[in-house]
Amino acid sequence: MITLEWLYWLTGLVFAVWAVMSARDRGNGKRWGNAAFWGLLSASFLFGSQLSDLANGVLVLALVGIAGFGGLGRSDPPTTTPQQREELAARFGNRLFIPALAIPLTAVVGTLLYNYSPVGGWGLFEPKRETLILFGVGVLLALALCHAWLRPPLSAPMQEGRRLMDSIGWAAVLPQMLAALGALFAAAGVGKVIGSLAGDIMPQGSVFLAVLLYCGGMALFTIIMGNAFAAFPVMATAIGIPVLIHQYGGDAPVIGAVGMLAGFCGTLLTPMAANFNIVPAALLELKSQNGVIRMQAGTAIPLFACNVAIIYFLAFR
Amino acid sequence: MNYWPLLGIALVVVGFALRFNPLLVVAVAAVATGLLGGMHLVPVIEALGKAFNDNRYISVTWIILPVIGLLERYGLQERARTLIGGVAGATMARMLALYLVFRQLTAAIGLKDIGGPAQTVRPLVAPMAEAAAIKRHGALSEDEREQVLGMAAATDNVGLFFGEDIFFAIASILLIQGILASDGVELTPLQLSVWAIPTAICATIIHGARLFLLERKLGRQRAGEGA
Repeated sequence: MITLEWLYWLTGLVFAVWAVMSARDRGNGKRWGNAAFWGLLSASFLFGSQLSDLANGVLVLALVGIAGFGGLGRSDPPTTTPQQREELAARFGNRLFIPALAIPLTAVVGTLLYNYSPVGGWGLFEPKRETLILFGVGVLLALALCHAWLRPPLSAPMQEGRRLMDSIGWAAVLPQMLAALGALFAAAGVGKVIGSLAGDIMPQGSVFLAVLLYCGGMALFTIIMGNAFAAFPVMATAIGIPVLIHQYGGDAPVIGAVGMLAGFCGTLLTPMAANFNIVPAALLELKSQNGVIRMQAGTAIPLFACNVAIIYFLAFR
Repeated sequence: MNYWPLLGIALVVVGFALRFNPLLVVAVAAVATGLLGGMHLVPVIEALGKAFNDNRYISVTWIILPVIGLLERYGLQERARTLIGGVAGATMARMLALYLVFRQLTAAIGLKDIGGPAQTVRPLVAPMAEAAAIKRHGALSEDEREQVLGMAAATDNVGLFFGEDIFFAIASILLIQGILASDGVELTPLQLSVWAIPTAICATIIHGARLFLLERKLGRQRAGEGA
């Protein structure tokens, strides 16, 4: 059976190549910082499952130490000029989209075929991980396709990939680090404290204020945690279920579904949701780290108001 | 109740506001929260390491970068710009609105992995939006360019967030079902997911309107300069 671990080995290898290329890159003044950072990340993927929790923790602190004190530089491996790119684009045309689209298509169509055909019964992939594994398969297919068709220099994909990876830099592991922060928040009981505080300031007798507090708590706690999944259990057990459903007799499906979506409005507003908000800003090389959030605020705030209105008017008909 | 761990949240807010390196801020806040919650240093570092290790699947997606980088070397972004430039009547707002609806509809039938910042926004959607804006309004100022690119990424997020919950077999719907069930409120995923539709429609209208407002703003600024 192909498991997630296989994909971790592949990812570890990719980061290992980037680490070696970084070390040999004399054009980058901070090449040893980059080599150490990508090398540690490679070690995490290759050996993380065998290492003790403490060793993994020390590895994390080392990653933070390198990135946190400015140890990462940006590489600029040789590539084609803008002029050459225009010519190449004209030569290869729309077929250039095929390898790019092959990756999500392999992941999505592959998952559908796998789950809704007898193939799923063969136990080819680790259960529930088939989409991510097929994403990895898609990447390998696309790389093979590009090599056969474009005939690039052998090192080109990894060098071009390294350019993009270095432009993202430390932001690449921020989503994973925030997930770890979430785990420590949970272990320290932050959710319980917030839930009890929300319960304490709960005004009696007003359905509207209760709805507002429930949705506001979802959005605010999501802004803090970067993830509506962490907020929902807290706000649902503090207000949603005891007050809105049981005390005021609201319609449970509306309160559950729309409450979560009120949290999603918070996701649009927070740098803590790094993979949605900070990583794209880095990938698009925006000047402002909050350049994506800035464009989302105008949608998130009115949409939050819509969610409050939907619960207030449709859950209490 | 122990309120001290809330200081961890304050650390994050202050650290981000003072523009320290976010990775450093988050790690310091994580360790501080654990210590304030009454744990000792070694178990805190162990918890940090375990959680980081358990969440490695989040960072696996970076293996897409060699493919995207290689295609960019051969002119992928330039081709995306040419393609949108050749479509008569293609504007930034129309193109992003179409992508918004496409992303919502595909996510609503469970195809949430069809887009994403590295998969579609950087190679295709952002260059197309920029090219369409330049075609209609001429060269963009640095701030206008940031707004157009930021809006491309924002549209991908809005489309995903307010489409995915219409699909019943998605993690967030199953989480809602589980939490409600643990308090004795039994629902099927389908009962929940249909209630994602009203918000999805609001999202299409609100975000769609904002796309056309941005388009108009770009146009008005040009008109103002001409006067």
